[in-house]
Amino acid sequence: MRPILLQGHERSLTQIKYNREGDLLFSVSKDHVVNAWFSHNGERLGTYEGHIGAVWTVDVNSTSTLLASGSADNTAKLWDVSNGKCIKSWEFNTAVRRVAFSEDDKNLLIITEPRMGFPATVQIFNVEGGLEGEHSNEPEMIVHPEGPKITVAAWGALNKYIVAGRENGSVALIDAKTGDVVSSNTVHEATLTDLQMSTDRTYFITSSKDKTAKLIETATLRELKSFSTDTPLNSAAIMPKHQEFVVIGGGQEAMDVTRTSARQGKFECRFWHKILEEEVGRVRGHFGPINTIAIHPDGRSFASGGEDGYVRVHHFDDDFFTFKFQI
Amino acid sequence: MAPPRFDLNNLPESEEDIDFSDIEERYQLSFEEGFDNVVVVDNVPEVNEAKEEKLIGFLRKIFKNVGEIRPGHFVMPKAVNEKGELMSKGYMFIEFETAEQAVNAVKLIDGYKMDRSHTLAVNRFTDVEKYTNVEEDFVAPEEIPFEEKEHLKSWLADEMGRDQMVVYRGNEVSVLWNMQKEQSHVAHSKTHWTETYVQWSPLGTYLTTFHQQGIALWGGESWNKIIRFVHPGVKLVDYSPSERYLVSWSNEPIVIPEDNYHGPFSTEDEGNQIAIWDVKSGALLRTFPSLAPTSPNARPTVSWPVFKWSASERYFARLTPGVQISVYEAPSMGLLNKKSIKVDGVVDFEWAPMSDADRELAKSGKPKDDMLAYWTPEANNQPARVTLMSIPTQQIVRTKNLFNVADCKLHWQNRGDFLCVKVDRQAKNKKVTSSNLEVFRVREKDIPVEVVEIKETILAFAWEPKGERFAIITTSDPNFGSAAPGTTTLKTSASFYYLDKGKGKDTLQSFKLIKTLPGKSCNTIFWSPKGRNVVLATLRSQTVWDIEFYDLDFEPLDSQATKVPTGGEKDPSAYLRLLATGEHYGVTDIEWDPSGRFLATSASVWRHTMENGFQLWDFKGQLLYKENLDKFKQLIWRPRPRTLLSKDQIKNIRKTLKQYSERFDEMDMMSSSQVSSAERQRRRKLLEDWTNWRKHVEADLASERAAIGAPAPALAQATASDEDNEEVDEWVEEVIDEKEEIVA
Repeated sequence: MRPILLQGHERSLTQIKYNREGDLLFSVSKDHVVNAWFSHNGERLGTYEGHIGAVWTVDVNSTSTLLASGSADNTAKLWDVSNGKCIKSWEFNTAVRRVAFSEDDKNLLIITEPRMGFPATVQIFNVEGGLEGEHSNEPEMIVHPEGPKITVAAWGALNKYIVAGRENGSVALIDAKTGDVVSSNTVHEATLTDLQMSTDRTYFITSSKDKTAKLIETATLRELKSFSTDTPLNSAAIMPKHQEFVVIGGGQEAMDVTRTSARQGKFECRFWHKILEEEVGRVRGHFGPINTIAIHPDGRSFASGGEDGYVRVHHFDDDFFTFKFQI
Repeated sequence: MAPPRFDLNNLPESEEDIDFSDIEERYQLSFEEGFDNVVVVDNVPEVNEAKEEKLIGFLRKIFKNVGEIRPGHFVMPKAVNEKGELMSKGYMFIEFETAEQAVNAVKLIDGYKMDRSHTLAVNRFTDVEKYTNVEEDFVAPEEIPFEEKEHLKSWLADEMGRDQMVVYRGNEVSVLWNMQKEQSHVAHSKTHWTETYVQWSPLGTYLTTFHQQGIALWGGESWNKIIRFVHPGVKLVDYSPSERYLVSWSNEPIVIPEDNYHGPFSTEDEGNQIAIWDVKSGALLRTFPSLAPTSPNARPTVSWPVFKWSASERYFARLTPGVQISVYEAPSMGLLNKKSIKVDGVVDFEWAPMSDADRELAKSGKPKDDMLAYWTPEANNQPARVTLMSIPTQQIVRTKNLFNVADCKLHWQNRGDFLCVKVDRQAKNKKVTSSNLEVFRVREKDIPVEVVEIKETILAFAWEPKGERFAIITTSDPNFGSAAPGTTTLKTSASFYYLDKGKGKDTLQSFKLIKTLPGKSCNTIFWSPKGRNVVLATLRSQTVWDIEFYDLDFEPLDSQATKVPTGGEKDPSAYLRLLATGEHYGVTDIEWDPSGRFLATSASVWRHTMENGFQLWDFKGQLLYKENLDKFKQLIWRPRPRTLLSKDQIKNIRKTLKQYSERFDEMDMMSSSQVSSAERQRRRKLLEDWTNWRKHVEADLASERAAIGAPAPALAQATASDEDNEEVDEWVEEVIDEKEEIVA
């Protein structure tokens, strides 16, 4: 399982995403560029240039035609995946922390952060127009959720709800039609750093600075499983196939890294058994904290992006698929 | 309402009949009160009126220094004797301004020799009153019914012969059973059990916990508190070798609060910092002050233990650096021969440990004398000197003069057979240092001394427990001594020595090198408590955490190695074998378990915060168990008491070891399968729960999806089609032509 090193960014990675088929990998970083890669060999397909601030987030629709990105330059942009053209740019008052296409590709969720007196917003834009259509400047829905800052968010099953993770470690269920907070549950003790849905969006995994990752049921916000580690976590992903695993990663705060050895930094991707809550393995390689993890939708490879500016794509060996957890 | 004291129909007839006892009781003056500042002086010369004034003047002078005497309260009663003379009665009363002055008078003047026949006896008036009021008839104290106490050594009766350890992490102290490869079983656990750290007594009977008010000892199967010792601010404790006495040290001098004090200390103990206790009864035996700092500006330092116990527990001694060794007797706590042993310049001393034979003798009531070794540096044209002294006779048994000595360290072999003095020498130019070892063979006649020259600086020295071998770690690294410790890892080499008995009767015994292992980085030696196995480790380094396991009696499987052709004599180095090398990242402490089968390495948060936790190894160097614990602080094995088996019994067990090992092997098998079956069941349950939950959720989702008429996501088909266009790279190698050429 020799990893492929994607060296296309000059600054730390913020998010990486596979498309639905898993042949493409999109990565964004603080260096203003969105990169697209062939996931099987690490060749770069191209870049999407236009942002003038750190890009925080990226998402691709299920047909791999539209790409959305959100940046600290207070814009969210919509790109044509095939030619890299920017087809729409929305301007906001503050930085965009999260973008996410809905399950049916009709809507785009955008989270902006509160800053300089502007409140945080959760906005939903209609992107039904696709590549050719006009995209409205006005959102279909906008809410100003109260309480602690929202750091991560994702669509729930059937586009009914939006799940948002907050700075205080709580997760909230927001009705996608009305914008009301339906329920809330404080599952972590520190800020949430990532939230990724399972394939059918009925449960999701959260990672937090409190050194734990948790599986949570979407409908009830009930904690299903907990994975407790010895380091602050930045990302967590659920393996969709082959093995009942989750992959979590993180490491010492970036600001403390220079003061400690790589060994102590714990910059490893950890594999945990999803159901038995037991660690099964670790993958080393990054020399900075791991900021983001994505798993191939087919479960054949996974990629991790680190503070060190690299994306490492790992293809699993055959014995990974035949591995059986001794029960 | 209280019943009336008398009734009108039955009035007492006369005054005598009236019961005044209640009134008397109420208004009686307590002798304890009001006379605190009065002392009684006995053995005062009996004089007539003519001499009285002179005597009083003389006595006043004596008492003047003690405190202020109230005017007119220097009373000497007089009476007319048979001869008709008015003579003093030979005692007097003195009233001081304060009670403290009275106490002081007792302390200082009691026993004062006025002249040959008159030794003043000073007592507090209240004391005299108290002791004369002792009841004449002896009343036997109430017999307290015997309460059976828990068996304090119950852990030794463990069926599986496991050892215990105490682990302290965060606020939690747990006593654990060593389960080898599995998670240790908790024997007892408690949060906030101690405030600073924990300590076992030397035979493992008690667990010592530290608190602001004092220390507490715990033990038995239920882990109840057995006894506690009140000593505010206690920081350090030390047990005597057979845990009969306990020495505690506090950085706060003892203070007696003004009123309502129920503690163990009395006014005489005020200001002292060291207390000696009887462990079984909990009684305070004596307190001692800390040594005053040598120079007025020096910070007071404590080298613990302050009191070193002799192996027999009959004596304990304290060193006043450069001046004297004070040997005290236990349990009387008195200074041996009422004076300290003056040794000019003495730097350090160590008691000789006891061998098993000595212990037998002591048990039969004929204990051998204890022995201590001390050394003095060069001074006033006197060479440095190591001296062996027998206690209590204080006879000097052996001395050895040494030259150019920079420092000495005394190392007794744990049975007291050998004393090795590690001597660091300094050449005249004070630059080059070298070490050598002076080995005293204490059991032999006249105690011969042998010198083992070592060219390099010795970093560590350790005797094999109960053995005749020792290991040293030496270095010639130029960084030694220059760099701050911990910053660089020194290059070191490890050497092992053994006692060559010689062949004939006449040949001299001598210590010979087994082997030197160069190019190491280790700096500490850990012998297994049973000897034979030794672990060399690199501690307190920031880059290397090596742990090396050696066996000194390794039997090579191929018999050839044993038949080294050096005159039939076996080569000891053939038996030295590196068994395994391990690494424990960030290791700070290493300890063998008392059976010598397991080794615990731990990384304590007290030294750094990296990967705190502990690891268990077997003596072969195999890692058995590893646990990382946040805020892990301490792991100590519970010591075992000395074996009760005789030598023959041990030999017998060695012979029939197979029988025993079979039993234990079986038990091992049983326990591991038991544990895993429980674990298996738990896992099965988890998996079952998960699949049930998934089924339920998936059904819900499907029905909901159908209700709103949303199409099922096209994931399944997509992945199926994915399989088709999978790229396969195939490399085919074909040999076109093959030709062989000879290159000149």
